[in-house]
Amino acid sequence: MAKQLKSQYDVIVVGAGPGGLAAAISAKKNGADDVLMIDRDLELGGILLQCIHNGFGVDTFKEDLPGPSYAQRFIKEAQGVGIDYLLDSMVLDVTSGRKVFVTGTRGGFKELQARAIVIAMGCRERTRAQIGIPGPRPAGVYTAGLAQRWVNVEGYMPGKRFVILGSGDIGMIMARRLTFEGAKVERVLEVMPYLTGLSRNYVQCLMDFDIPLQLRHTVKRIIGKDRVKAVEAVQVDDRWRPVPGTGEMIPCDTLLLSVGLIPENELSQKAGVILDPMTNGPFVDDGFATNIPGVFAAGNVVHVYDLVDWVTKTGLTAGRRAAMFAQGHCNENPVFVPTAAGENIRYVVPHRIDPETLTQDTIMLQMRVTQPMEEAVLVRVTDGDTLIAKKRERYVRPGEMVSLKLRERDYDSVRHAKELRVSVAPL
Amino acid sequence: MHSRYDVIIIGAGVVGCMTARWLSRYALKILLIEKSSDVCTGATAANSALIHAGYDAVPGTLKAQMNVKANPMWDRLSEELRFGFARTGAYIVAVGEDEFQKLDIFLDRAGKNGVSAEIISGEKMRKREPNISPEVFGALFVPAGGVCDPWGATIAAAENAVTNGVELRLDTEFQDFLWSEHEPERIVGMKTSQGDFYGRWVINAAGLFADEVMHKAGVRPEFRITPRRGEYFVMDRNQIQIQNVLFPVPNAISKGILVTTTLHGNTLIGPNAENIEDKTGVDVTPEGMDEIWEGGKKLVPGLDRRHIIAVFAGLRPAGNAPCLNLDVDYHHDFVIEIPDQVKGFVNLAGMESPGLTAAPAIAERVVELLQEAGEGLKPKADWDPIRPARPVFRSLSHEEQAALVAKDSRYGRVICRCESVSEGEIVAEIHAPIPATTYDAIKRRTWLGAGRCLGGFDMPRVVDILARELGKDPLGITKKGHGSEFLFRRTKEVG
Ligand SMILES: Cc1cc2nc3c(=O)[nH]c(=O)nc-3n(C[C@H](O)[C@H](O)[C@H](O)COP(=O)(O)OP(=O)(O)OC[C@H]3O[C@@H](n4cnc5c(N)ncnc54)[C@H](O)[C@@H]3O)c2cc1C
Ligand SMILES: Cc1cc2nc3c(=O)[nH]c(=O)nc-3n(C[C@H](O)[C@H](O)[C@H](O)COP(=O)(O)OP(=O)(O)OC[C@H]3O[C@@H](n4cnc5c(N)ncnc54)[C@H](O)[C@@H]3O)c2cc1C
Repeated sequence: MAKQLKSQYDVIVVGAGPGGLAAAISAKKNGADDVLMIDRDLELGGILLQCIHNGFGVDTFKEDLPGPSYAQRFIKEAQGVGIDYLLDSMVLDVTSGRKVFVTGTRGGFKELQARAIVIAMGCRERTRAQIGIPGPRPAGVYTAGLAQRWVNVEGYMPGKRFVILGSGDIGMIMARRLTFEGAKVERVLEVMPYLTGLSRNYVQCLMDFDIPLQLRHTVKRIIGKDRVKAVEAVQVDDRWRPVPGTGEMIPCDTLLLSVGLIPENELSQKAGVILDPMTNGPFVDDGFATNIPGVFAAGNVVHVYDLVDWVTKTGLTAGRRAAMFAQGHCNENPVFVPTAAGENIRYVVPHRIDPETLTQDTIMLQMRVTQPMEEAVLVRVTDGDTLIAKKRERYVRPGEMVSLKLRERDYDSVRHAKELRVSVAPL
Repeated sequence: MHSRYDVIIIGAGVVGCMTARWLSRYALKILLIEKSSDVCTGATAANSALIHAGYDAVPGTLKAQMNVKANPMWDRLSEELRFGFARTGAYIVAVGEDEFQKLDIFLDRAGKNGVSAEIISGEKMRKREPNISPEVFGALFVPAGGVCDPWGATIAAAENAVTNGVELRLDTEFQDFLWSEHEPERIVGMKTSQGDFYGRWVINAAGLFADEVMHKAGVRPEFRITPRRGEYFVMDRNQIQIQNVLFPVPNAISKGILVTTTLHGNTLIGPNAENIEDKTGVDVTPEGMDEIWEGGKKLVPGLDRRHIIAVFAGLRPAGNAPCLNLDVDYHHDFVIEIPDQVKGFVNLAGMESPGLTAAPAIAERVVELLQEAGEGLKPKADWDPIRPARPVFRSLSHEEQAALVAKDSRYGRVICRCESVSEGEIVAEIHAPIPATTYDAIKRRTWLGAGRCLGGFDMPRVVDILARELGKDPLGITKKGHGSEFLFRRTKEVG
């Protein structure tokens, strides 16, 4: 906890999930003296605190940890290196001049000045309105993450009989969790012809518990005025239109939605950060710098990662670059090499690479594909006709991020490239 | 023990609450009953929130008269009751030349109703609203149009009534009338789900159910209310902001699908108009959503479906009362009367649009009707027209926010991340003169949960705060009253 809040910091990190924790630790280790983390929750750790299942840290620690244990390692380190933090405090405003306005019950309302800022606010869940589910508005329609908080943090069951819409990871993990708690999960419905979450979650959370998954199905209507009484499920065609005659009434008291996450960038926008409509996160370079000088981004606020290990890595890079910026070390007028999405690629992060900083951090290109390809594929990075890097994958799926590391031997071609276009095609 | 009142009002929508507030200035013992667990849950809870100027009401109808009379009342009303209101003006936007010709009809109607209006060019319209369709040919501008917060207005009116002595009973459903044993056709009270109440006057302000109530009194057996559904989209204000109230050129049935801005800066698209059977059928439908989207796009082509943050529907209590003025051929007029057949009954019905706008004028008319019926209404010396405002964290400057948090640290804890509603505001509403005891009640008073995450962040926190402040178990906390509990049991209690 911050004993005495200063009015000025080298680096302020907004959000203390794994992205923010890594950024703060990295900033401190790289020469920023005064580092402050701010989080609206009562504890450090972000969304990991409610992810009590295991599956975290396989890459970072070569261990399969529950979310809170993964977070705890970083919390300990942050406390060890002497990072200040402010909890139960909401950041209301961030300006392009790097002022941070924050309010909380203990610290009161404060205006702080930072030399550099790392935004690490994570993401929020898509709602019923965003996918336009028809029907009235009873109690019992919850996002999966909300139900997860209720069950794992608050200790309450928000229903007895569930239908889950969306095969996202949180939904599948909650299907298993609710089953453990004695609830009945009738079914998981997915509008797409493929799974949107990780395959391992399908096996471990649905198959192992005999919870049926119906692809190409959605909720046509919610029934129940005060509390959900049933949902009408329906099959959809290639254009997501209900197939007549396929409606089926499923009695239940709760509909959980696991239909996607959206990076939470309302604050970033207040600071003038420009967002990529494909990712809903800021346009970033290889150091996770946004278009606003001194404002860096880490974790799910950039785009939705499916593994926490990647989130931590972004935090380490963003934190180090923020510390450098705070100390006045930054490339004044970089000439960027842009990245671009080619065949079957939805987007590429980072959006641009500064050839001058190539050697500072490992550079990963991270992509999501548009269509699943259930065969061996080649991921290629090209500049016009020149092949710069390539990688094989056994398959690609929209639910699983594709990563490609740029190697030192690629750097020379990157320096001279006009763009780095990533595409995927069968081998 | 039976309670005796001078006046009992059935229904705490905008009409019932304004009427209660208007009558509260007189020395009367008044009871306002509402079958829901909160005020403002019927038609008043879901509508376009517009204070109509009266340009399109059919001249000579009671609707036109009440609309035009009420419109200028809203400035003072919003100051006294401290709710959100802005006189934005309104535009009827003509897309293409054919529609432009039709604007004359409404210019003429406006003139007959005594409402000022002017026709402006497409160029001028585009300058005032850059997001509007390039095919806009021109528009009718009506400066008297406005936007209000219907929840705020209704709840504030009810609260002001209560602080001036009106008794409010929620979860109390009117069931039937009690009749005099000595005098034929005289109503002396009513049976409710919470027992019998005696009153010299009963005012029917039951919205969608006003026909059923009047039939129990033996009044207007031919009168029917048809629920006419209107669906809406609310857009993310960070993505698109419309500065004006934009109507299409109206058709015969309704004012059409409009694109307007709420007082909170969100663009609102809707409503369509569909007659249905179920008086509680506030479903949104796939067809309806497509229809309003198309209507919205006609005026503002740049709308993007990804920026929808909420969808809802409301029901207009559409009546079939002929206009009292026999020269006017109109069959959906308001009913505002003391009928001849029964004694002790004031009948307010058919309150479709512009019922929200007209409510203060209707309330004033009820006062006149009672006076005409011989009630010597005596003004109270201590009547206070002011409902004091409570702090709204998000509308304060940074300096004011700092001062408020310093005074009461509960205002420093933000519970609703999208709309920046603080714990202090929530607690204040739970302990207000009309206590907010459900999630939706808090939402209507603070706008919490009305943002882009639809309450996904605040819900567990609000359930906690409600439980703590009301001294209840979280399992008993509801979204909108009995039967809408959020939670079933604690974990580890498998059974
Ligand atoms: C249900 C679920 C299951 C998952 N399962 C796995 C798994 O098995 N394995 C795996 O590797 N990964 C998993 N993940 C992914 C991983 O947990 C996330 O990618 C990671 O936690 C994201 O970290 P973050 O720091 O970007 O965001 P978060 O952890 O969401 O942290 C963001 C923080 O910012 C704070 N904040 C936001 N706005 C403000 C503000 N205005 N003021 C103050 N504070 C603010 C929030 O309170 C929050 O603490 C899972 C994620 C979820 C949601
Ligand atoms: C889609 C739509 C758009 C609209 N747009 C506008 C607009 O922009 N401007 C405008 O001026 N008007 C508009 N209106 C009209 C306006 O909303 C209504 O005219 C107004 O809200 C009617 O108020 P009310 O008090 O009569 O009805 P309500 O708000 O329905 O109140 C009636 C109350 O009576 C209660 N009740 C019913 N039966 C009983 C019983 N037996 N016992 C106890 N209580 C009972 C109900 O629960 C309810 O709370 C619109 C309406 C709709 C639906």
